[in-house]
Amino acid sequence: MHDANANRAAQTFGPLTASAVLVNPVGLHARPSVKLTQCAKGFAAKIEIALAAEGPWTDAKSPVKVMRVKAPQGATLHFRVAGPDGDAALAAMLALVHDGFGEA
Amino acid sequence: MGEIHLTGHPASPGLAIGPVAVLTRAVASRAAKGDPAQEAAALKAAIEGAAVELAELIATVHGEAAEILEFQVAMLGDDALAEGAYEAIAGGTVADQAWRAALDAEIAGYRAADEEYFRARAADLVDIRDRVLAGLNGADAIAKISGDSVVTGDDISPSTFLAVDWTRGGAIALASGSPSSHVAMLARSRGAPMVVGLGPLPWNGQPPSLALVDGDAGTVIFDPKPETRRLFERRMAAANAAQIAADAGRLKPALTADGRRIAVLLNVAAHDDLAGLDPAICDGIGLVRTEFLFEGSRGLPGEDTQYAVYRRILEWAAGRPVTIRTLDAGGDKPIPGVTVDGERNPFLGLRGIRLSLARPEVFRVQLRALCRAAVHGTLKVMLPMVAIPSELDRANAMLDAEFAALGAEGIACARPPLGIMVEVPAAALCAEDFGAAFYSIGSNDLTQYTMAAARDIGAVADLNDAGHPAVLALIARTVEAGRRRGVEVSLCGDAAADTRLTKALLATGLTSLSVSPIAVARLKAAIAGVTA
Repeated sequence: MHDANANRAAQTFGPLTASAVLVNPVGLHARPSVKLTQCAKGFAAKIEIALAAEGPWTDAKSPVKVMRVKAPQGATLHFRVAGPDGDAALAAMLALVHDGFGEA
Repeated sequence: MGEIHLTGHPASPGLAIGPVAVLTRAVASRAAKGDPAQEAAALKAAIEGAAVELAELIATVHGEAAEILEFQVAMLGDDALAEGAYEAIAGGTVADQAWRAALDAEIAGYRAADEEYFRARAADLVDIRDRVLAGLNGADAIAKISGDSVVTGDDISPSTFLAVDWTRGGAIALASGSPSSHVAMLARSRGAPMVVGLGPLPWNGQPPSLALVDGDAGTVIFDPKPETRRLFERRMAAANAAQIAADAGRLKPALTADGRRIAVLLNVAAHDDLAGLDPAICDGIGLVRTEFLFEGSRGLPGEDTQYAVYRRILEWAAGRPVTIRTLDAGGDKPIPGVTVDGERNPFLGLRGIRLSLARPEVFRVQLRALCRAAVHGTLKVMLPMVAIPSELDRANAMLDAEFAALGAEGIACARPPLGIMVEVPAAALCAEDFGAAFYSIGSNDLTQYTMAAARDIGAVADLNDAGHPAVLALIARTVEAGRRRGVEVSLCGDAAADTRLTKALLATGLTSLSVSPIAVARLKAAIAGVTA
């Protein structure tokens, strides 16, 4: 018999994905990387970023790793989020990108 | 030894003269070495110590400088940075070697980046590396440099820069480095002249004692002859006097030496740019960029939002003419939900007026907001990236339709004159064929399309010269078209603020230049020095 609870848990915590275009002047550079990782650390969810929908995925809570991505302006940033507060985390990440990390 | 002339790239403007201070890499080695556990503990302590030092430094600086150091703190606080070093230590490598190797690998990754911006971040990683190494070696990270020196070396770290009192007139001359580096940004904001990319510094052993730095031209002269030095000091004195005179003349109208009146207008990106500014410094606003309205997270701005912003700018201008540019998205300014993703060459793609005509539902909202704002002042509207007359004709027809619709609804409105930006060579060559109410030359794009060279690609940046005769000929041709048609011509690109070009620009017959507010005083002073 199917375990309904496990299924719901999987649904709730299953990875959420979304993408957004980097609009701020020089892409995911020093200041935006710091903002992104600080924001990500505020959530329990596992948050990852990538430059392509199929990865490779990078831990969005590590500034060192986020800077290694070297995402330029105009690049599409993909997010993969899994965890109990995943919805809120994803919304916060997307808002940061849409706002150009506050440097429009 | 005779005087040495070196040419690099300007990174921060201004002239300076001073004793040479050579940045040396302190390579003290550690006395005691321990087992892997002790070495790991030593590295951990050094990293934590470096973070504490940086936190103390942050407390003494503000704004941009603090943000740059916060980046370093964030990197230091990330275990991923030292991961490789701890692995090497576990394998028997000593702490300083392990850390240096791990950071050098990270730095190599930055230096190999495609984007100039990311390459420039290597200097921050070097800074982090050396601060931790100094902690491991028990040495002071930063050698003391006097603020009146010309600091020379391969590159300079942000921490080193911030430890110097630049109000004392010093400057920076680097063998490598980048105009996009954090230090270059800081140097510009603190007024320290800086030249980068001088190439290998041509001395062994004894360095030169004195240097002249020209941050405008990107040149440095080491050990100048007395005559060279005297001429340079005369130029410095003239520049200082010019700056003082410029600040005093900011509120006065701009006149050439032979009495020709030149209109000086402002370029602004948002109403915030006008905060605290006296409208009397300018003859109006030559360019309002509207892209910022479209970049927020709340989707495309509605008619009322746009109207409110345009109205505030018109009210600030208090009757002076205000030229608002319709949405100039695309190219290097993508806007989610409006621009096309993945164009192979976005600068030659659907951007500016091309995009607005392709997205009439977005364009109409902006035209309606502009018609409503037009009743609050002297509004002119210009279209970016126009290449052929039919683009202007179509926009004129849409503007007529929106104006008529607003009138029919009983909403207060006026129909602003519609002009074109001249930034595509085709528009400059055939300017007379356009039924434009005015022409505004966008020298940045006009230069890049004429010279086929982008400003932000270092390898071809020298070709991107707004003072090239071909670009000046296109400007002169546009001015002539305006004269024949009896309509105004102005120039609103960065060339307007480049005072080395002022004489050449005015020689084309231009009588109106538009610059960012910070450049107004300098430009007016440069205009005052021009004779026909």
